[in-house]
Amino acid sequence: MHNIRLIARLDVKGPNLVKGIQLEGLRKMGNPNKFAKKYYDEGIDEIIYMDIVASLYERDNIKEIVRRTSEDIFIPVTAGGGIRSVEDAREILRAGADKVAINTAAIKNPQLISDISKRFGSQCMVLSIEAKRKGAGQWEAYYDYGREKTGVDVVGWAQKGYELGAGEILLTSIDMEGGAKGFDIELVRTISEMLPIPVIASGGMGNIDDLEMVIQEGHADAVAMAHVLHYGVHSVGEIKEECLRRGIKVRIG
Amino acid sequence: MKNVVIVDYGMGNLLSVQRAFEHCGARVKITSSPARIEKAEYLVLPGVGAFTDGMRELDSRGLVRSIRAFAKTGRPFLGICLGMQMMLETGEEFGIYDGLALIPGKVVMIPKNGPDGTSHKIPHIGWNGLLPLNDNGNWENTILHGISPGESVYFVHSFSALPAHPQNDLADCSYNGLRLCAVIRSGNVYGCQFHPEKSSDVGLRIINNFLRIQPLR
Repeated sequence: MHNIRLIARLDVKGPNLVKGIQLEGLRKMGNPNKFAKKYYDEGIDEIIYMDIVASLYERDNIKEIVRRTSEDIFIPVTAGGGIRSVEDAREILRAGADKVAINTAAIKNPQLISDISKRFGSQCMVLSIEAKRKGAGQWEAYYDYGREKTGVDVVGWAQKGYELGAGEILLTSIDMEGGAKGFDIELVRTISEMLPIPVIASGGMGNIDDLEMVIQEGHADAVAMAHVLHYGVHSVGEIKEECLRRGIKVRIG
Repeated sequence: MKNVVIVDYGMGNLLSVQRAFEHCGARVKITSSPARIEKAEYLVLPGVGAFTDGMRELDSRGLVRSIRAFAKTGRPFLGICLGMQMMLETGEEFGIYDGLALIPGKVVMIPKNGPDGTSHKIPHIGWNGLLPLNDNGNWENTILHGISPGESVYFVHSFSALPAHPQNDLADCSYNGLRLCAVIRSGNVYGCQFHPEKSSDVGLRIINNFLRIQPLR
């Protein structure tokens, strides 16, 4: 096994880091850059920013946050929310992001996945999938942070996204997100075992047992966490120490 | 203050590279001017993406000759990720294409399986430890000065450099049992497969080391 990447996921709305419950009901937490810097200093491996209300008129918000991040944070940064075109992706990469995460625009126009991965490399193109369980082994893809259903089957969509050139999948369980009751292990395992590209498990981490489960049972390549960090349940250092104690390889340093 | 020139050829996240070098105290200029590149004190060739696209973009800006000329001056040169891969002679991606040929060797796809036959994810994305080669373990006075074997840096790549001569291979990493080249070197010409500008403190130490390298006479 190689090092599992531990990622801080910061959902932002306007100038604030927010934390949602099942992608509804938001609580304002404060300046996202300050949270990101704290996690960086503690040893987090990557940062994901998601602008959860990005509309046509508010796209500059996430760009500014990314630009400030690049001043004093020297780890990979992914940005998502409101990216609708190759030009949008280019602007956010120029602001200092290493990868873009795309959901809505990719569902509406799957060709965008190919266009972005051809132009900037597949390593830049993270396909963000919001999955809601429909039954055993079945999930439906949603967008707009769990508000809109698509009728698209998650398993088929992930496969298609990979074939179109996605370099990573950010897989969020709508059912588990914000609940701090553990990940949808079956969802993560299904997609991670099916695809030859890395899968980031997101949504549901409440404690380190959840993390261990999604790695050992779900075979996640990376884990995005929000609640445990934002509410100070554990520091990044504590999480890493506990991972090592349990035989999960993580970066030390 | 050290003056660093970063080559802009339309590939990749230059701002992050610039910020990391500035953080280490350098004065940075980003340019696609052949003259400025040849006159640089320290030259950095970053980049992400495909080998063929990268070489085509360098070529269309008339930069291949000036980068080769700079590398011959003995002043410090650092290629990062795609910039490192292009330092080799050829890249094998949809055919065989010429690189900058600063160091003998080629760039090939990462094998799909490890030595034990098990598969792994490609691209190789994530933090992985730097390992010395058995007979070439001395990192003193190189860009890896003071780095301990096993310290992790951030990789993201699907292709991997194969330097022709072991003396040009300064460090590897291990991925599912495969040895992948992490740092190449010939004199003051260095290349990192990983991203030092995205590798936290270890990466910044490597950049600081690079900025301490003195030009060969």
